[in-house]
Amino acid sequence: MSSALAEVIGAARAEGRAALIAYLPVGYPDVDSSIAAMVAAVEGGADVVEIGVPYSDPGMDGPVIQEAVDVAVRAGVGMAEVLRAVTAVADAGAVPVVMSYWNPIERYGVDRFADDLAAAGGAGAITPDLIPDEAGAWLAASDRVGLDRVFLVAPSSTDARLAATVAACRGFVYAASTMGVTGSRASVGDAAERLVARTRAAAGEPPVCVGLGVSTGDQAAEVAGFADGVIVGSAYVRRLLDGHGADGVRSLSVELAEGVRRAKVQA
Amino acid sequence: MQGPDASLRAVGGNEVLTLEGMTLSAHAPAPDVPDATASAQWPDATGHFGVFGGRFVPEALIAALDELTAAYEAMRVDPAFLDEYATLQRDYTGRPSPITEVPKFAEHCGGARVLLKREDLNHTGSHKINNVLGQALLTKRIGKTRVIAETGAGQHGVATATAAALMGLSCTVYMGEEDTRRQALNVARMRLLGAEVIPVTTGSRTLKDAINEAFRDWVTNVETTNYVFGTVAGPHPFPMMVRDFQRVIGDEARAQLLEREQRLPDVVLACVGGGSNAIGIFTAFVPDEAVRLVGLEAGGDGVDTGRHAATITGGDPGVLHGARSYLLQDDNGQTVESHSISAGLDYPGVGPEHAFLHDIGRAEYRPVTDAEAMEAFALLCRTEGIIPAIESAHALAGAMVVGRELGPDALLLVNLSGRGDKDVETASAWFDLADQTAPTDSDERAVEAGRGAEPGPGMDTDQRTTQGAVSNDEAVAGQDAGEQA
Repeated sequence: MSSALAEVIGAARAEGRAALIAYLPVGYPDVDSSIAAMVAAVEGGADVVEIGVPYSDPGMDGPVIQEAVDVAVRAGVGMAEVLRAVTAVADAGAVPVVMSYWNPIERYGVDRFADDLAAAGGAGAITPDLIPDEAGAWLAASDRVGLDRVFLVAPSSTDARLAATVAACRGFVYAASTMGVTGSRASVGDAAERLVARTRAAAGEPPVCVGLGVSTGDQAAEVAGFADGVIVGSAYVRRLLDGHGADGVRSLSVELAEGVRRAKVQA
Repeated sequence: MQGPDASLRAVGGNEVLTLEGMTLSAHAPAPDVPDATASAQWPDATGHFGVFGGRFVPEALIAALDELTAAYEAMRVDPAFLDEYATLQRDYTGRPSPITEVPKFAEHCGGARVLLKREDLNHTGSHKINNVLGQALLTKRIGKTRVIAETGAGQHGVATATAAALMGLSCTVYMGEEDTRRQALNVARMRLLGAEVIPVTTGSRTLKDAINEAFRDWVTNVETTNYVFGTVAGPHPFPMMVRDFQRVIGDEARAQLLEREQRLPDVVLACVGGGSNAIGIFTAFVPDEAVRLVGLEAGGDGVDTGRHAATITGGDPGVLHGARSYLLQDDNGQTVESHSISAGLDYPGVGPEHAFLHDIGRAEYRPVTDAEAMEAFALLCRTEGIIPAIESAHALAGAMVVGRELGPDALLLVNLSGRGDKDVETASAWFDLADQTAPTDSDERAVEAGRGAEPGPGMDTDQRTTQGAVSNDEAVAGQDAGEQA
């Protein structure tokens, strides 16, 4: 089955660089501004936009993303607005992938979500609190309509779980760099590099993208040295929280896009 | 029902200890009789109760949950653990808890006979200690030195802080800021016991948000830290494990009723927030098909007002806090804020086994409003000299309704899951008993008087760390876990 995410990551690899994946939640500070910020992230150089579905109980997110998402939840932002963002990102020339905790998708209806996401031009979904073991309905629906599905692996994952999770993924595998929640960190650390190597070794050399803790061009360059993609979330959201708007998002994309190109050029 | 077969089960005890048969009474049922093994029907190996339960958590936590499951499976059949647990339950908790008949209260229950299972008499004042002692022993067994817990009313937090003090573990308790105000006494108790209490200021600032913060802490500090979950919700193995630690309530009560009444009750009633005390008293009776199991949910201002915490009555199936169950949610799948006068029931989710028992028709769930619960609360105080927890008063209110439905021949068993010392301020405000200067739950003066999140006069804000344990200073609080830079 073809994969929009694998394709764009493969194209970046062909250029001798890692892909840049930008996370932004729909609805902060409002729906239109959040979509404008996503488009700006693409203009600055993001290859993929991870479009966050607002959720009231984001257990894997740190305080920065919580703060932004809380505003969107209170404003009643839901899947209709998310799908609008998906189309906008696709129109801007990047690959849109939805990032959602499981309950909003289950509530919307798994098959309905798959149909509507595919129709809107989305590549698939990242599901941080859904493990493949519980994902029967989503595996079937994403197969039916040809969507990518990205599950997470973590430093604590056993080799057996790495293999099973990689087998269930399509598009890329999301490697959580550290044990913890989203947010900027001073250093990404060795755990991420080890996890990427273990994930590749577990099965079939899948594309592996690293998230959690990356916020600067230098960190992006470091991660690009060993991963196929660099996922940045809280640093983008921080630009919005600090009032820098779409321009702030665009300039961060420029910095990070330079970073994901630096490592391989030096090598 | 009350035939010779049932009686035989009660007196056929031998000396083999299991969690299933650990009634600690003189007439413990043998572990090989049907009632002792029935709960093994569910969950399945991956923690599902029918379509409910399971694990909906980040992959990072799966290894810790697998470790807990394996350690628990080994521990639950380890004679050394069972002996240590049984000894603690007898000498520290004060088990078995007695049965008290309340005839004057029963006059308000259609004349039905009402028997209370007195979990309020346990050390720390509620059923929560049953579970916490088991999980604290498990924490030591897996070599971790720090425990975290969420708490709503504070009862689970107090129990966890107690067990941590007893066993030399460092302890951090997450509690919604809103709850630290309305349960200020329990905040002080936890701090006296050496625990760090972190008021949670995210989301609705109540129990659900405290659970989110505890999970964030756990995923960050899982190397050193065990999450002592307080109810029969959350990802597998928590619903199974907490049930097994709480089933002593029903195992004891069943044997006690057979001994003193030579019969089983017609109805067993318990309040349901997350549902641990209810599962605890229901489990032994699940195979007794003639015994009705009734869970009383917090109806708040009334289910039709939308301001309630009656998850099964007024919610839908969905996923929250790591498991599929019923929950209160809106059309976007966002968790809806719950409302109840009782902090311990003020939770928009419910344990997956309750969802399952509801769907298969084995248990029924009914809402009780704040007003009905407080009427029952006052009645028990005045007619019997027992001040119940407001949580437990919901079960008492259920008995008043069910007793009137069934009439004087009925025998009702009510789980008095906790005592009401912590609720005195709330009750004073409700009944307008306090003089004009006393700060109350709903009164901003309570905060100004230092009864909220801050420690009271004479209390040190420093959180002592038990010797040999991981210092809380070295762990990363959930709310700070993403801000290391």
